[in-house]
Amino acid sequence: MSRKRFATVWLGGCSGCHMSFLDQDERLLELVAAADLVHSPVMDVKRYPEGVDVCLVEGAVANEEHLETLRAVRARTRILVAFGDCAVTGNVTALRNCLGGAREVLDRAYLELADVTPRIPCEPGLVPPLLDRVAPLHAHVPVDRFLPGCPPSADAIHAVLLELLELPAGTPPAAAPRFG
Amino acid sequence: MSVVTLTLDGRPVSAREGATLLEVCQESGVALPTLCHLDGLSDVGACRLCLVEVAGQRKLAAACVTQAQEGMEITTGSERLVRYRRQIVELLFAERNHVCAVCVANGHCDLQRLAASLGIDHVRYAYQHPALRLDASHPRFVADHDRCVLCTRCVRVCDEIEGAHTWDVAGRAAGCQVVTDLAAPWGESASCTGCGKCVQVCPTGALFEKEQAAGGMLSKHRDFLTYLKNAREKKEWLR
Ligand code: SF4
Ligand code: SF4
Ligand code: SF4
Ligand code: FES
Repeated sequence: MSRKRFATVWLGGCSGCHMSFLDQDERLLELVAAADLVHSPVMDVKRYPEGVDVCLVEGAVANEEHLETLRAVRARTRILVAFGDCAVTGNVTALRNCLGGAREVLDRAYLELADVTPRIPCEPGLVPPLLDRVAPLHAHVPVDRFLPGCPPSADAIHAVLLELLELPAGTPPAAAPRFG
Repeated sequence: MSVVTLTLDGRPVSAREGATLLEVCQESGVALPTLCHLDGLSDVGACRLCLVEVAGQRKLAAACVTQAQEGMEITTGSERLVRYRRQIVELLFAERNHVCAVCVANGHCDLQRLAASLGIDHVRYAYQHPALRLDASHPRFVADHDRCVLCTRCVRVCDEIEGAHTWDVAGRAAGCQVVTDLAAPWGESASCTGCGKCVQVCPTGALFEKEQAAGGMLSKHRDFLTYLKNAREKKEWLR
C-alpha cells in the first residue's frame, strides 16, 4: 500500500482542534506509520505542497491570507476536511459578523477602545487585511468532509483519519459527532 | 367516540375522530421530527418540521395541526419530506446566531438533536449574523434572541399553563421576535410571576437561568407540564 500524503492547516481558529488532534496520543504512531505528514503548523514548511491526499483545515476564513491559503489547499488536495466548528460554521471566529464589516470591527477594537496610540494595524505584505465577513470553508471552496465539534474529540478525529487514510482499523469508530 | 380509518405509510390504522395526524403517528410508533409541538401545550404549526404528504393534496400538511380524516393516505418519510426537513433546520441555523460552543444549551438542545437526527453536518445557506439583543434584566432568567427559533412554546406555556401571558410575538419575517409584556424588558414585566415555565419548555438556549456557563443548562424539565395538565383536568395529583 503506497503511503498517503497528509496535511493540516490552521486558519482563523484558536488551535484547539490541533490540540485535540495531538490528543490522539499513541494513535499518532499508527498515523505516522501509514502516512507522511507533509504540512502542518507544527512543522516548519512554508509552502503548501502539491499532491496531498487528505488535509484537515482548522478555522474559519477571516482574512485575505486565509482565503489565499484555502484556495491553494483546495487546488492541491484530494480530500479537504472542514476541521472543527469554526471551519464548519464560522463559530466563535464569526461572532464579529454581528458587529458589521471589517472597518467597524477594527475601529471598535483599535480606535474606540485604545488607551494609547490608537492606530489600525496595517503593514502591507505582513498584516493580512480582514475580510468583511468571516465565513466557513464551504462558503469559498468545495469541502469533502465535515468534522464538527469545538473541538472535535480525539476519537472523532481518529475515526475520520482511519477511514480517509485507510489506516489499519485499530480503534472502533467514535459515536457520530453532534452538529454545532 | 367515533373512529376514522386511514392509511399511514401504506399501513391501515384507526384513530379517534378529531385526533391530529401527529397523534396518529405517535400512537402507531411512527417517529416524526417536531420542534414547536410539546405534549401538554396547544399546537400552532410554527416550525413545519412535522410535514407529511397527504395523497391527492399538492400541499404538504403539518401533522400537528391536521386532523385525521376517513380514508386519508399519509406518507411520512418520502425523499421530498426529508429534503424539506433538512432545509428547514439548516435555515433555522442560518437565520440567527447559533454559536453552540458558547451556548448554555450545548449538548442539551433540541435543535442540535434534530440536526444530528437528520444527518446535517453543515449549513448550505449563508449565515445572516443579525445583530440581536440579549435581555438579562430579569433577576433570574435571560432571553437571548440569538438562539430563538420562534417555536412560541414560551408564549403558550405562559398563557395556557401559568396563565400570565407575559410572552407574545412581535414583528414580521426576519424582524419577528418573542417579547415580554409590550416589548418592555423582562425584568420590568408586571405580569411575569417568575415561575420559570418558559425557560423549562424552550427547546434551545434562548431562555435560560442566570449563572449558567456554556453547556451548563442541563436537560430541561418538561414532565411538569403533563403533571399540571393531569392535575387540573383529570384531578390526578400523582407524578
Ligand atoms: S441553541 Fe445553542 S446549542 Fe442549540 S443550536 Fe443554538 S447555539 Fe447550538
Ligand atoms: S417565568 Fe413564568 S410567568 Fe414569567 S414569563 Fe416565564 S412562564 Fe411566564
Ligand atoms: S424563546 Fe425559546 S420557547 Fe420561546 S419562541 Fe424562542 S425558542 Fe421557542
Ligand atoms: S411540530 Fe408540527 S409544525 Fe412544529
